Order: sequence, then structure tokens, then C-alpha cells
Amino acid sequence: MRQHHDMGGEPAGRVEKTEHDYAPWEKRVDALLVLLSDRERSLIRTDELRKNIEAIGPDAYEKMSYYERWITSVTANLLQRGAITAEELSRKLADVERREKEGLL
Amino acid sequence: MSQARFQPGDRVKVRNAEVVGHMRTPRYIRGHEGEVERICGFFANPEELAYNRHGLPKRALYRVRFDQKKVWPDYQGPAGDTVDVEIYEHWLDKA
Repeated sequence: MRQHHDMGGEPAGRVEKTEHDYAPWEKRVDALLVLLSDRERSLIRTDELRKNIEAIGPDAYEKMSYYERWITSVTANLLQRGAITAEELSRKLADVERREKEGLL
Repeated sequence: MSQARFQPGDRVKVRNAEVVGHMRTPRYIRGHEGEVERICGFFANPEELAYNRHGLPKRALYRVRFDQKKVWPDYQGPAGDTVDVEIYEHWLDKA
């Protein structure tokens, strides 16, 4: 069975050749990957990033932007490596959401 | 460093493997025959690195050249067009 990401030769639309600016959060995702993959931390490798992106379901894969796929993959890897727990992550996300609602972000 | 099993000019066939996991050989080229254009070097196996294993011994990576018309039956470009794909040794058999 073809994995969704492996789309070479499949029917496709036109390639959009325009450049776009990156949002601050996208730059932060990029920086996060650089820091997590440095020699000292070594918490993710390029091939792990790819593997976890490939594991995203077809629907989500199509809906997500490039850096949304990255952060999804990085998060999965940190869980797989035991760097964070699901509980820590969900508590932190709830905390961030609360601060956003209170206008503290 | 292990020896490369194939040399430039050798005819090779891409394994038509269906496996679960992270694979570095695109599906469209599996099962096709091509010619080794060059040896790119020796690298830790990315299909193992993807699972946080060391991926050793290092594997030979080849640039393999394929005839476009054979890869895509409805190919509209000029005859003689080729496509190069970088493929690890464990995906190749002698053609």
C-alpha cells in the first residue's frame, strides 16, 4: 500500500512557486528543531522527523501546513524519546491556553 | 567501511518491497531497472536512524539512472530522458 506522503507520480495540481514570509511561530518551530537536534541534546534526528511526519494520517497531512507537520512530528518524537510525558504536555498546553485567554501572551 | 557491491555502469533492479516503516526508496521506482551512475558514499542507514538506532554498519548509497519512458509509460518528454534516484544498497539487486 502506498504511504500517503510517497506521492511521486500521483496526479497533482500546479506547483505554486510564490515565496511567503514565515510567521514568528514557524521560525520558532525551526529554531526548536535546530536546538533539539544539536550534538548536546540529540533528541531528534532528520530521519525521525520524517518518520513521524509520514505517520500523520492522510486527512491531517493535507490540512496541515509545513511547520504544523514539523511541530506534530517533533512533539511525537519527544514523547517517544521520553523527554516529555503526555501529562506534562497537556498541562502545559492548558496553561498556555489560559494565559492566552487572560491576555498574558 | 564496507565495500560497495555495485560499481558505476552496473545494471541494478530496485527491490519491490512492501514493508512497514520509514523507507527511503520512493514507491514509483520500485521494481524498475536502472544503471548505477555513481557511488555517493557510505552512510548510516536512515531507515534505522528513524527509530533512534545507530544504523550501522554504514550502507552504500548509489545514484541510479532510469529511463523515463520505462518509469512512466505515458511519458511525453523526449526519448533518452532519464531520472536519477539516490538509492541505498539494501534496496538493490543485480539486474
